[in-house]
Amino acid sequence: MVLDAKIPAGPLAEKWSTHKFNLKLVNPANKRKYDIIVVGTGLAGGAAAASLAELGYNVKAFCFQDSPRRAHSIAAQGGINAAKNYRNDGDSVYRLFYDTIKGGDYRAREGNVYRLAEVSVNIIDQCVAQGVPFAREYGGLLDNRSFGGAQVSRTFYARGQTGQQLLLGAYSALNRQINAGKVKMFTRTEMLDVVIVDGKAQGIVTRNLETGKIETHSGHAVLLCTGGYGNVFYLSTNAMGCNVTAAWRAHKRGAFFGNPCYTQIHPTCIPVTGDHQSKLTLMSESLRNDGRVWAPKTVELAQKLRKGELKVTDLKEEDRDYFLERKYPSFGNLVPRDVASRNGKEMVDEGRGVGSTGVAVFLDFADAIKRLGEDAVRAKYGNLFDMYYQITNEDPYKQPMRIYPAVHYTMGGLWVDYNLMTNVDGLYALGEANFSDHGANRLGASALMQGLADGYFVIPYTVGDYLAKIGPKPVDTKHPAFEQTKKEVEERIKKLLALRGSKTVDEYHRELGHIMWEYCGMARNEEGLKKAKGLIQNLRADFWKNAIVLGENEELNQSLEKAGRVADFLELGELMVDDALMRKESCGGHFRIESQTPEGEALRDDEHFAFVSAWEYKGDNQPEELHKEELVFENVHLTQRSYK
Amino acid sequence: MSNGNMNLTLKVWRQKNAQTAGKFVTYKAEGISPDMSFLEMLDVVNESLVHKGEDPIYFDHDCREGICGMCSLYINGHPHGPKRAITTCQLHMRSFHDGQTITIEPWRAAPFPVIKDLAVDRSAFDRIQQAGGYVSVNTGGVPDANEIAIPKVIADEAFNSATCIGCGACVAACKNASAMLFVSAKVSQLGMLPQGQPERYRRVQSMVAQMDEEGFGSCTNTGACEAECPKEIKLTNISRMNNDYFSAKLFRQEELHEQSHGE
Amino acid sequence: MSEFKQTFNSSLGKKLIMALTGLFLCTFLIVHLGGNLLLFKHDDGYAFNVYANFLTHFPPIEVIAYILYLCIIVHAIYALVLTIANRKARPVGYAVTASDNASWQSKNMGLLGSILLLFIVIHMSDFWYRYKYTDSVHFKEYRTDLSSGERQSIEFAPASADFENSVQTVNNFEIVRVKDLHDRVQTSFKQWWYVLFYVIAMVAVSFHLKHGFQSAFRTLGWVHRKYTPIVEFIGTWLFAVIIPLGFAAMPVVYYFTRS
Repeated sequence: MVLDAKIPAGPLAEKWSTHKFNLKLVNPANKRKYDIIVVGTGLAGGAAAASLAELGYNVKAFCFQDSPRRAHSIAAQGGINAAKNYRNDGDSVYRLFYDTIKGGDYRAREGNVYRLAEVSVNIIDQCVAQGVPFAREYGGLLDNRSFGGAQVSRTFYARGQTGQQLLLGAYSALNRQINAGKVKMFTRTEMLDVVIVDGKAQGIVTRNLETGKIETHSGHAVLLCTGGYGNVFYLSTNAMGCNVTAAWRAHKRGAFFGNPCYTQIHPTCIPVTGDHQSKLTLMSESLRNDGRVWAPKTVELAQKLRKGELKVTDLKEEDRDYFLERKYPSFGNLVPRDVASRNGKEMVDEGRGVGSTGVAVFLDFADAIKRLGEDAVRAKYGNLFDMYYQITNEDPYKQPMRIYPAVHYTMGGLWVDYNLMTNVDGLYALGEANFSDHGANRLGASALMQGLADGYFVIPYTVGDYLAKIGPKPVDTKHPAFEQTKKEVEERIKKLLALRGSKTVDEYHRELGHIMWEYCGMARNEEGLKKAKGLIQNLRADFWKNAIVLGENEELNQSLEKAGRVADFLELGELMVDDALMRKESCGGHFRIESQTPEGEALRDDEHFAFVSAWEYKGDNQPEELHKEELVFENVHLTQRSYK
Repeated sequence: MSNGNMNLTLKVWRQKNAQTAGKFVTYKAEGISPDMSFLEMLDVVNESLVHKGEDPIYFDHDCREGICGMCSLYINGHPHGPKRAITTCQLHMRSFHDGQTITIEPWRAAPFPVIKDLAVDRSAFDRIQQAGGYVSVNTGGVPDANEIAIPKVIADEAFNSATCIGCGACVAACKNASAMLFVSAKVSQLGMLPQGQPERYRRVQSMVAQMDEEGFGSCTNTGACEAECPKEIKLTNISRMNNDYFSAKLFRQEELHEQSHGE
Repeated sequence: MSEFKQTFNSSLGKKLIMALTGLFLCTFLIVHLGGNLLLFKHDDGYAFNVYANFLTHFPPIEVIAYILYLCIIVHAIYALVLTIANRKARPVGYAVTASDNASWQSKNMGLLGSILLLFIVIHMSDFWYRYKYTDSVHFKEYRTDLSSGERQSIEFAPASADFENSVQTVNNFEIVRVKDLHDRVQTSFKQWWYVLFYVIAMVAVSFHLKHGFQSAFRTLGWVHRKYTPIVEFIGTWLFAVIIPLGFAAMPVVYYFTRS
């Protein structure tokens, strides 16, 4: 099978406008005859549901939280990129496109990324019109900052809460449509399966988390805006509820999973304190603008620090190894996320880690405080310092912060074409749930941009094309596929509820997380990955025998909710390992130890791996089939990243 | 277990669902590390309950970094616990001491019925926002972002109001179970910004009407909400809202015109 | 009309009524205290009695007085209505409540207000009602020598039951005959429990207005970086200190100094 990404022909800069013209339109009077299902209400889902309802479609929106406003997009701190060039510093759509392609280590589609950069400017306009309070200058115009090592200032921000403000903007647009009766909102409702009728996605099966009621919902198209799968690692910066279930169910119904092994690990997170740890807290990347990353020069010194025999503030300057500055003189502490993360892990692996667990390195602001004064540092990073102090009880104004990388974002996701449609007709994936725009690594402040681009400015055009083609005939809800899918969901729940073993679901999840982090984390090799595959298979088999799932279906049952999600993670984990095994090159967030430059940098193999891997589900416990979508680069020249 | 670990007694509100009566049940939380967050402490208790085959304690939570607004525990007489300006998920066990008894209750308000144990239904908040908490602009067709100049102080002040996470601690803290702080935060944010002007007076009326319909109490300006708000939303928002509301209801002719046509 | 009904039936509308009636009552207190300071004059109650007579016989003031009584009733009724609604908003209370930053008075306005209502009822029945509607307050005749300014007072028993007051000048003497409310005041302020009740009521006034005065401005939405501190200053010093102290001083001074 040849995957058709449906990238429009023609010059890069004209692809999207040409395509928009060629897309079929739905007659305004006919729009109300179509029902669209949107699963997830984060930036992508909220924006899509609101925009489609504004156009006149009937939208049914679903979220598992108690309110659409709680989606995890809300936690994004740093900002959102847009090629506005308000700074007059040489930014342009093309530069944002180029930076994103390069940042993604040349594993993303040119066409998609260019479109993303193109619509980025509309996003800012839209959000401002909604009343999103972006940071401003005294002249009343919008402020920008440089973010994540970008050479231009193109990041718009709202203090450290950009994600929250953007989400509340989308939430308000969604509320307006709920009020108008164009969106029907289902909260505390989890999607558990997709209904496929004659090869087309025409509905979903959901469970009402409060009552346990299993229901089917029909629609002419199904949009999955369900976020990423970082929680496969158990510990991540994702919210506790983030899960892969919607995407994974779609995958098992035929949707290909793209690049599952591409995981972004964020370097500046607060380290783990013990086994009780339930999640990790990210601190904005902007900290590396002024903080200096270091580890003790020797293992002995690190041991003394860990035991408390030596205080960090007493450590002499010559005993400190500013390893990023040493290894990357030109970028220093501002190297990309993957490079910074990997180097931190190296220090810990060498035994030079700090903190009581020894799994952390220092991020030091002493120089910045000396240079700028404590007040200036407080003005810039006050909220982050407070947050750090709250969690660790250590004062970062007086002693260096301890940081360690944590899983943050998953670039992989459901495979989609240029129209954001999966290979299943009528089934779309938006935002982090798809694989499309970030290649093997995502640049800072680009996740918000992609989620909103997909929701506000791409899907309203592309879904219309599909709907116009299938026509406004009502979905046949009597089709046996609805009843059949519902029955399968109910059976699976029954199977889960019958598990009365000896290990809690959280224990399985934690164990899976350990395996993934150890063997499929920041650095991967063939031996480890093969081992991980076996471990996951065993763990999965054990789960279905030995897990404890209490209670019944007809109640608010967190054991059951978690069990369903962890069961899916246990399957996804193996696919991630398979993908990582197959990709014998290093690129972006995927670092294969076997493929590195003499300096220890990620080494791509463009000749053999310049493709998107798209995996096809072949049945329970069967190896998945790999499909390749070759990546064509007509506009950029592939180079080896270097941050020396 | 390392030194400094604590043993605690928890008195937790357990209630099977909205229809059944609830009661306090006492649990022991043992070997609790001061580095744990409050919710991680509850995770530990829940794990041991599951091992014993007992129904774990249900509580709402999601992001665990103080921004999603989902967590909602009333701990020893304070919404989100005894420390100021944080949510329950940001509360750490080092704020408690060995041997302490901790009483954990759900938010109490008629418009926030208990769903199970410590979780309440806050959909009333969503309905208030749906009534008018938005600027009516469709996607596309908006002016360039920099065509609207907004004085920095106004933008900053609007931002302060916009940081509300919709957790409901203000309602939980208020002796009248009033939602005024929550409602006024959104009314103020949009009422201060130029984008929100066209619907300013319409918005405040519909949001207040919905707030009343949900059955929240009224404001006595005690300031308990402001003191307990994890995002430190200011009481001034309420005055701003009142001002807009009375202007709309008593003085602005076009609003009256609008209403007589709207009914 | 339904427009108004809707406005004043909303939670904010009810609060508006509370604020406006409350502020009106506050302004009355200033006038009331000003007049009653005449009690401190050592003139055998002449100025006070004349003032009391003026208040009860000057029609515009009488109109305002009835507005005032109406305000008291409306303020109390709306307080009750709001309190009932507020209680309904939290049918199940908390097992544990800790102290928060909210002031004690702000959380006990209902209790303070109830004390004040009780006080007003007793106070008005004791003075205003007796003065206006009963014969229990006797008349007094003041003779002032207009050349020397010397004044004498004697009991006066009017011939007709309809007699209210009179002012005459005879032989360079001004003869004023009015009801002797001052005597009533003296009698009341001789009882220790009565004095104590007054003092307690004035403490309640202090706390009620400490919160109430500035709260009314908040409710009206008149909050301003520059002026709110002034409002708070006035609320604290004038309404929570000077006025209650002034009122409380009267029974205390009378109890300890007048025989």
